Amino acid sequence: MSWSRFFRRRRADAELREEVDAYLAEETAENIARGATPEEARRRARIKLGNPQSVRETLWRQNSILLLDTLGRDLKYAARTLRRTPGFTTIAMLVMALCIGAATSLFTVVRSVLLRPLPFRDPGRVVMLYEHFRDARSNQEGFNYNVVSPADFFDWRAQTHGFEDMAAWRYWQFNLSGERGELPELLHAGGGSWNLFPLLGVPAVVGRTFAENEDRPDGNAVMLTWNLFERRFGGNPSIVGRQIHLDGKPYTVVGVLPKWFTYPDAEIEVWVPYASSLPPELLQHHDFHFSHVVARLRPDVSLANAVSQVEAVQYRLHLQYLNAPVAEDVAPRTINDDLARDVKKPLLILMCAAACMLLIGCLNVANLLVARGAARQREMAIRGALGAQRLTLIRAQIMESLLICVAGGVGGVLLSLAATQWLASAWKDLPSAERIHVDGVVLGFACALVFLAALLAGLLPAISSTGKAVFAALQASSRTASGNLSRAALRKTLLTVEIAVTVVLLIGAGLLLKSFARLRSTDAGCVTDNVLTLNYSLPAQKYGVPEKMNGFNESLLEKLRAMPGVRAVALGSTLPGEGYGGDDVFTIKEHPPLKPGAVLPDALTRWADPGYFSALQIPLLKGRFFTGDDRLGQARKVIISNRLARQYFSDENPVGKSIRVPAYNAEFEIVGIVGDTLWWVGERVMPTMYFPILDGGIHTGQALAVRTDSDALAMSIPVQKQIAALDPELPVSNVQTMQQAIGDSLGNARFSATLVLSFAVLSLVLASVGLYGVLSYLMTQRTTELGVRMALGAQRDQVLWMMLWDGLRPAIIGLALGSAASAGIAQLILFMLYDTKPLDPAVYIAVTCTLLTVAILACMIPAWRASRLDPMQALRAE
Amino acid sequence: MANKDKTDGEMLKGTLDMMILRTLVTGDAHGHTIAKVIERSSEDVLEVEQGSLYPALHRLEDRGWVSSYWGTSENNRKAKFYRLTSAGRKQLVRETSRWRQMIRAIGLVMGEEATAKGGTR
Repeated sequence: MSWSRFFRRRRADAELREEVDAYLAEETAENIARGATPEEARRRARIKLGNPQSVRETLWRQNSILLLDTLGRDLKYAARTLRRTPGFTTIAMLVMALCIGAATSLFTVVRSVLLRPLPFRDPGRVVMLYEHFRDARSNQEGFNYNVVSPADFFDWRAQTHGFEDMAAWRYWQFNLSGERGELPELLHAGGGSWNLFPLLGVPAVVGRTFAENEDRPDGNAVMLTWNLFERRFGGNPSIVGRQIHLDGKPYTVVGVLPKWFTYPDAEIEVWVPYASSLPPELLQHHDFHFSHVVARLRPDVSLANAVSQVEAVQYRLHLQYLNAPVAEDVAPRTINDDLARDVKKPLLILMCAAACMLLIGCLNVANLLVARGAARQREMAIRGALGAQRLTLIRAQIMESLLICVAGGVGGVLLSLAATQWLASAWKDLPSAERIHVDGVVLGFACALVFLAALLAGLLPAISSTGKAVFAALQASSRTASGNLSRAALRKTLLTVEIAVTVVLLIGAGLLLKSFARLRSTDAGCVTDNVLTLNYSLPAQKYGVPEKMNGFNESLLEKLRAMPGVRAVALGSTLPGEGYGGDDVFTIKEHPPLKPGAVLPDALTRWADPGYFSALQIPLLKGRFFTGDDRLGQARKVIISNRLARQYFSDENPVGKSIRVPAYNAEFEIVGIVGDTLWWVGERVMPTMYFPILDGGIHTGQALAVRTDSDALAMSIPVQKQIAALDPELPVSNVQTMQQAIGDSLGNARFSATLVLSFAVLSLVLASVGLYGVLSYLMTQRTTELGVRMALGAQRDQVLWMMLWDGLRPAIIGLALGSAASAGIAQLILFMLYDTKPLDPAVYIAVTCTLLTVAILACMIPAWRASRLDPMQALRAE
Repeated sequence: MANKDKTDGEMLKGTLDMMILRTLVTGDAHGHTIAKVIERSSEDVLEVEQGSLYPALHRLEDRGWVSSYWGTSENNRKAKFYRLTSAGRKQLVRETSRWRQMIRAIGLVMGEEATAKGGTR
């Protein structure tokens, strides 16, 4: 028995036949030589040879691989059966292709984002370390991992031994000047400690990575990412060793990073050493949190042990700076989880939704196969009676579902190739989106899905159609064989499960949609129509003197306000809905001092020009806005948000009181209270402090909002021209309308709601097809019975109701089960819901109505047809 | 009955293979000759069933102990000839020595068994 023989059986057989013929000729000749007549000689030769057919068969079997042979036969039969019903086959394959495609796509994303290790040296030992505060807010979702302050990082690195090394990096941005007349542009940058790249095991492809002595505040080394190297410098390696100007200051290019290196995201285009471009005194602070710490665990130390060493250091620091925001604990997490941050849970939920849809698809195909099983009952019974083993019959039937699933799987994988591309580009928050691609593991997963689905969809019908009851079909009076009834019961059970899962998906989608609608209609707390926003950043090199900075800002505001079509202009540090922006702890001077160790109140920090609030239509509740006089020496003023006033001043009048901010080592007089704005749509409103932007401080990154008469985007070019007129070297970024900016924060909610909704709608279609199928099947099964009933006087509408009720029962049971399950499952997506209760009655009622309507429609056709039966014909049938 | 045939066939299998290999030592031969040589040299005690000869030849070829080619028989007919390969030669040596051991062992056992049985009869 061998593979080559197996595939050359036909040739071997032909050869054998020739060989046997030769033998016969030889033997005949010999017999003739002995004196027999030719007739007799041939007869004797044949007798001697025996049955040549059996020789051939023996050899054929000897050359066959038994399992493969029967498998091949089963496949052939299955393919023929499927070809006989092209409609059913196409639908089943499409259903499986959609379901497998969706599941595969999501798995591709899950694998790339959550499972596949980043391409660093020994990535299993790389962890991220964060500070962790013990107060209630820090223990909420999303706040458990606080970025680290530089002095903490230096102490951790110097005083602990559990990690081979620790590195830190921070987000930054620079204006890149055009060296040879190119346009200036704003670059996202990373500031990484000199040991970051060696720690991660990332070499420079051209030049080298940073040296230890370059990692200092006045350092001027810079590394380019591959993207910038190619895009801006034409991929010319001679750039290494040359100078480029960032924020007007010369930096020397020391190296270029590899193309695959897009950590922490692809937006970062240049890297400078951690300490460079920071004021030296900032590195001494324990309460300026802005660093991400990457640590490589020593192979002989456990993570818990290493972290506990760092925690000991951190707790000591906390005790040392009791009244500053220095965290008590340290929180580690893997580098994959760190990048996946906010998408991990939604991703898993979507994966579950896709799995549900796959389950529904399988149930649906199973249901259709059960119906087909009915038609083949006699065949099964005869084969069983002739001695076919049950396992053989089951195997033969599973082949059909296997074929459907394999074809569906191939289609699904092709589909998922396209769908994954779309997912990666449509899902804004997905980290390392450029690493998302189909690989061997994903294909393996798809194969596993195919076989699982084939088993799931094929096993139930196969078992049900080969049971003992089937032999009843051989009996003459098989018109109402018990097998049919049990099969109908099986189909109804499958249908009930299908509908229950559909209901869960529908309710999940409903909740997410409602939450999205709520998000979209949230009031940001300011005007959002016809507002153009953009960012620019005045480089300290050029605008390091307060008068210069104020001069630029004020003349820009003046020019813009004078433009026709412009109603108002606001200049600040971070506009509403644009993000966190930064926060600081404060104390209230007039209040009794807090006890040592108490958590200091914390508020978002914003800078605003005098026209800011009126331009954005943020209402003044008390006191006054800033004026042009709140500048430089006279700028120790603060405007607080309503939330801050209510939270920390309860019933006293805050105006006239003073806030002390330890980080600036200064006191600020409260001059006004303004309405609350959202810092991110979907996040809770936070207390906010506004300081005058003309205070002479070095503000990196200004946000400009221009409110226009009509279409805001049409003003973008004129506004940019005004900026270029003041400083042609100043790049602007994020030019968009405020609604677009806020829309960004809605992207994820819209995305997951749409995706789950499409899964749910598809499931609903599948379920209704299933309902229709089952009822039509039942009707044909019961034709005779219905005929008898009608002949005996049953009214048509009675029959209609009876059939309708028969079909609706599984729908109603499924609905009840699904709603009950959803009540539990909705708790799991609680974190994705905004202002929507997991038991939202409107959603449940809407889903119930939708499902019932669809179910009634699906059942109505077969039920109506049943009620139109001609009793005489029904009785004569069969 | 069927069972008996089957065991007979199986018993023959090992020895048939060996005998075929032995026959081919003297030179290449086609199926008819092989069968005839075995029958002749066993003084017509052994009758080679064609039903097992051809499957056996194919099996041997499968294992690389014989090779085959189409040639002309002594009577000028097209016939498939089998030739012993060097691997087949080694296999023959192995099988012969195992066979001898087996014959000796069976002989030892049967020598005593035969007398015991003879005694009771």
